[in-house]
Amino acid sequence: MSAISQKDAVSSVHNGVPDSAAGERSAGVALPLDRLERVAGWGMAVGGMGYVYRPSTIDGVAQVFEIARRTGRTVGLRGGGNSYGDAALNSENIILDLTRMNRILVWDPSNGRVTVEPGVTIQQLWRYAIGDGWWPPVVTGTSFATVGGCAAMNVHGKNNFKAGPIGDHILEFDALLPTGEHVHCSRDGNTDLFYGMIGGFGALGCFTSVTLQMKKIYSGWLNVDAISVPHMDGMLYELDARKGQADYLVGWSDAFASGETLGRGQIHQATYLAPGDDPYPAQSLRIESQEIPANLFGFLPASIIWLFMKPVLNDWGTRLTNLAKYMQSATLGNHKRYRQSHVAFAFLLDYVPNWKLAYQPGGLIQYQSFLPLATASPVYREILARSQKRGVVPYLGVVKRHRPDDFLINYSVDGYSLALDYKVTGSNRASLTALLKELDRIVIAGGGKFYFAKDATLQGATVRAFLGEERIRKFGALKERCDPESLLQTDLYRRLFGDQ
Amino acid sequence: MGAALAQNLARRGFRLGLVARRAEELARVAAEINASDGTQAFIYPHDVRNYDAIPVLFQSIVRQLGGLDLIVYAAGIMPQVAPNEYDFEKDKDILEVNLLGAIAWLNQAAVRFDRAQAGHIVAISSVAGDRGRSGNPAYCTSKAALNTYLESLRNRLGRKGVAVTTLKPGPIDTPMTQGKPVAGRVTSIDQATAQIVAAIDRRANEAYIPQQWKFIMYVIRRIPSVIFQRLNI
Repeated sequence: MSAISQKDAVSSVHNGVPDSAAGERSAGVALPLDRLERVAGWGMAVGGMGYVYRPSTIDGVAQVFEIARRTGRTVGLRGGGNSYGDAALNSENIILDLTRMNRILVWDPSNGRVTVEPGVTIQQLWRYAIGDGWWPPVVTGTSFATVGGCAAMNVHGKNNFKAGPIGDHILEFDALLPTGEHVHCSRDGNTDLFYGMIGGFGALGCFTSVTLQMKKIYSGWLNVDAISVPHMDGMLYELDARKGQADYLVGWSDAFASGETLGRGQIHQATYLAPGDDPYPAQSLRIESQEIPANLFGFLPASIIWLFMKPVLNDWGTRLTNLAKYMQSATLGNHKRYRQSHVAFAFLLDYVPNWKLAYQPGGLIQYQSFLPLATASPVYREILARSQKRGVVPYLGVVKRHRPDDFLINYSVDGYSLALDYKVTGSNRASLTALLKELDRIVIAGGGKFYFAKDATLQGATVRAFLGEERIRKFGALKERCDPESLLQTDLYRRLFGDQ
Repeated sequence: MGAALAQNLARRGFRLGLVARRAEELARVAAEINASDGTQAFIYPHDVRNYDAIPVLFQSIVRQLGGLDLIVYAAGIMPQVAPNEYDFEKDKDILEVNLLGAIAWLNQAAVRFDRAQAGHIVAISSVAGDRGRSGNPAYCTSKAALNTYLESLRNRLGRKGVAVTTLKPGPIDTPMTQGKPVAGRVTSIDQATAQIVAAIDRRANEAYIPQQWKFIMYVIRRIPSVIFQRLNI
């Protein structure tokens, strides 16, 4: 007799959520073992085994749907794999990795319209277009996200208050639905699918091409201002007050600061250069001028810096680092103005390669909540205070200003977001999970929302609370139309919508 | 042995997939486990000699469990063999259940754990594999070969974060030993289970059950062949 055992999932951050649909599907055919891989969320705190297919053509995508049908499995779409949690995981099922569909199909430097396959990364895109004076209209903090993934999660950048999410810059797209139907969607045709699939976290269909309107730039440089803020209210006030003059705004918050200084930090504001401000734009718009330096301080290879971070990435090390960073920002660094390349300003997460490895072995969970103007201050102060009280303090806090948008699955607010990186360890896992459940209630009570690209711990009821029954019903109807067999699923989909 | 182990692991929060030949017996064990709150066992009637069914069955079990952390191969038979009996059919059965079934199942687990860079493979072998005793040549062979197979797996997978545990029980009070002449004292199933679980917890490479057998087998392995032939052990 053999007994095969699986450690029970004790918390929602554990991998391997059982698939409720498993019993209903035929399971008479095995998937090839050579496809079996360990796939983890970007934060490394969740992961699982899946059968990964990497087609390079639309026919290849259709074949993967067919394989799923034949073997009784579901298909989870995956781009760059930069979602922090389980949005691009599909444990014990098929993972359709689209990174090989990475051709730039059409480019018109006269109007900045670009049509790309879904696996094209933000990095590919900016490197391709910058020489013509165009920049992606919305970028994530890492340049390794794919356009398909960005569209599926309807990502935002540091310019959300002004430019909206990436969906606001998508002119049209083509998609292959699990039914085999090819659809073309824009604001003029198939509009319900246009507003549903953008932000639809890959649950409705697979983008096969996306057309974006790029942003015209007149220099490779940005004017950057650094402003120190003494507490959370100062942070929120400055982010709001500066939204008229800035093109990008991002606040760093020291989550260890308490009392009067709770939420203190530093804001970076960036503005584009107007035509003529840069005497040699053709030079600053070269890829070489944009590249992040391979060495820090001139000699330390950036690729090994995470090794030096690892021993100090603990409560005391981070508390001291944050203090030093804040003191610098409040004194010498305050109201400093300098020029920075687009790449250096935009892709902070790429500055130190593999920095997330310093969070090993437990990884990190990012908790990002979106709050309206009226409730952001009390809720964010409560979130920070509660984390400190529970002894689980995030090592990084990032505050941004946001604006509403029209997409169906929607995390937008006229307000702010606070993103917190919590280190996950063997000993804090249970208390972190409990803390995040408490925070969910506080955020929902404040009229707040959440973003699936960051999520690893939400529950279905919380999602119903912030999306509302009406949106969920509409989304369910789209799902029924595009994917009646419910072929497209991920670990996140089952966690949040599994009981639908 | 497998049933007792399953109950113990279920109490410790494992979600279980139970594979065994006799469906009714399997259902009974699972029902006991599922009767307690917070424990869960799924059952899969299967004869380990049905090698062709294993890849599909393995995948569907792992899928139903939602992943796999630990596999325990506990299948084993020890038919009574007379001192002058050389029955190939009997011997073949022993090798198929005790060895080939183990290889067929554990190869599946090995591929997965290799890719996962994590996992734990456990198999119940026997002290009988440490020496070719006169009583049951094929049984000793099956366990010796199983030990070597597990050692090879350990040397392949150990550096990848996968543990492989070879359990070597002496005679345990299970249906397998009932009514048969056994060497030494019979260990209770509870004691054996507790020690097996302890060995799994510490991710041991090898564990004798009970531990006294480690010393006994140390001595027995060193008895010169000329003397061993004349002893009745």
